[in-house]
Amino acid sequence: MSLLSPHRRRLGPGRPIPLGAALGPVLLLAIWSVASALGWLDPRTLSAPWTVVTTTGDLIADGRLQDNLAISSQRAGLGLLFGVAIGTVLALISGLSRWGEAILDGPIQIKRAIPSLALIPLLILWLGIGEGMKVTTITLGVFVPVYIHTHNGLRGIDSRYVELGESLRLRTGTFLRRIVLPGALPGFLLGLRFAVVNAWLALVVVEQINSTSGIGYMMELAREYGQTDIIVVGLVLYGVLGLLSDGAVRLVQRRALTWRRTLAD
Amino acid sequence: MAAHAGGLKADAEDGPDMAAHAGGLMTDPAVRVEGLSRGFGARTVLDDLDLTIGQGEFVALLGRSGSGKSTLLRALAGLDRDVTGSGAVRVPRSLSVVFQDARLLPWQRVLTNVVLGLRGADAALRGRAALAEVGLEGREQAWPNELSGGEQQRVALARSLVSEPQLLLADEPFGALDALTRIRMHGLLRELCARHRPAVLLVTHDVDEAVTLADRVLVLDDGRIAIDQRIDRGQSATAHRESLLAALGVAA
Ligand SMILES: Nc1ncnc2c1ncn2[C@@H]1O[C@H](COP(=O)(O)OP(=O)(O)OP(=O)(O)O)[C@@H](O)[C@H]1O
Ligand SMILES: [Mg+2]
Repeated sequence: MSLLSPHRRRLGPGRPIPLGAALGPVLLLAIWSVASALGWLDPRTLSAPWTVVTTTGDLIADGRLQDNLAISSQRAGLGLLFGVAIGTVLALISGLSRWGEAILDGPIQIKRAIPSLALIPLLILWLGIGEGMKVTTITLGVFVPVYIHTHNGLRGIDSRYVELGESLRLRTGTFLRRIVLPGALPGFLLGLRFAVVNAWLALVVVEQINSTSGIGYMMELAREYGQTDIIVVGLVLYGVLGLLSDGAVRLVQRRALTWRRTLAD
Repeated sequence: MAAHAGGLKADAEDGPDMAAHAGGLMTDPAVRVEGLSRGFGARTVLDDLDLTIGQGEFVALLGRSGSGKSTLLRALAGLDRDVTGSGAVRVPRSLSVVFQDARLLPWQRVLTNVVLGLRGADAALRGRAALAEVGLEGREQAWPNELSGGEQQRVALARSLVSEPQLLLADEPFGALDALTRIRMHGLLRELCARHRPAVLLVTHDVDEAVTLADRVLVLDDGRIAIDQRIDRGQSATAHRESLLAALGVAA
């Protein structure tokens, strides 16, 4: 008889691979480099990685990259800020009061069914083509997922905890701070991840319509001159920004939700 | 003392003036229930039930599953909802509930859970003391998930006693624990109750648990208190156990 416990098949995905997240992108980059070096890729179709790197250097040297990046980040940041604030407040109103839910939830579900980008023609008519329209479009794309997931999180708080709060005679403030907000936090953070993605997505679209600045504009201009290297720089930039912001939210998620042990940990 | 009947306030026949003189009369019972009825839809669960629990008295409540034990406890705790009924309920203002599940907030650390209902600057200090009393010193900063079932139930006990309640309402608090942990918890509960002297109403399924812990054992049947038996420590536990089992209609 063996003293060792019988070997049991683990049902979780297993140990995380160190730097596993970088594996896929590095592989992709390698294929791209090889294809360019061997001349399989026409530079007019897709510039070589090293051309993209030198172009990035040139763009930084003449300041175009920084300027466009700054204005793009500002738009995305403002839209995200307004969208998250509006989505959270609406979710709280609708999650904590039946009247709020009756009044707010319907219209927001309808808004959810209409892609924010489909509203651009109307927004241009109302707000013109300036920054207001751009930030509003991003805000509209951001607040919906924040609302949906935060509201869902609020509604999902176990009623037993509400009963606990009642039995302890918690004041409304304590109840919100200790039970409602932390209980809804996982939902809020999930919504935030979708929101960040939506913010960049909306940014791309608004910057390629009637814009005279931003990464999207830079790419649009490059298209007119057939400069695939600049287009790729823009794409990489969008990708990096998206990854960084998603990574930031995930970091916050991990920090804020240490009490949760999930399958992926 | 405060009187309440949850959402059924209109039916409670209490005067607010009770609060003024109740504190002075120590002979006043901790709990007084008169003509309490509760039902869900057409189904009557509690039917004109009367109950009195003295100050510091430890009462165990037995009864078949579905006999309305939890319903009675919730009525006393003022937690009843979706329920119809009438009757007067008088309970102390400072009461605590221990639920069948430990019901700790998973997103708050153990100490925060214990002091959840406390106010004032010394809350943390009192919380630490309460945790030490249940033998969980040093676990203040743990997450509830990191504790065993028995430890979680001890945290719940600490949370319910930290406010020094005059009445402790416990709904099968040890139902989910193994036999050994249960026995330890019995000792702990008895010790804590001897120290803090709250009146206790403990709902349980376990006749032995009732006989070991309580001064008085009630059996709820048909919506009323069918048996009200004082536990005489001079008499053997087996004798009580057998008479209760006989009364419950189970052959001993
Ligand atoms: N919210 C509710 N809605 C409808 N019926 C309910 C509700 N809560 C309890 N009941 C009914 O009331 C009766 C008494 O329930 P209660 O929970 O008080 O029983 P109990 O004595 O605590 O049982 P157990 O020992 O199984 O916990 C049961 O028949 C139950 O089906
Ligand atoms: Mg019950």
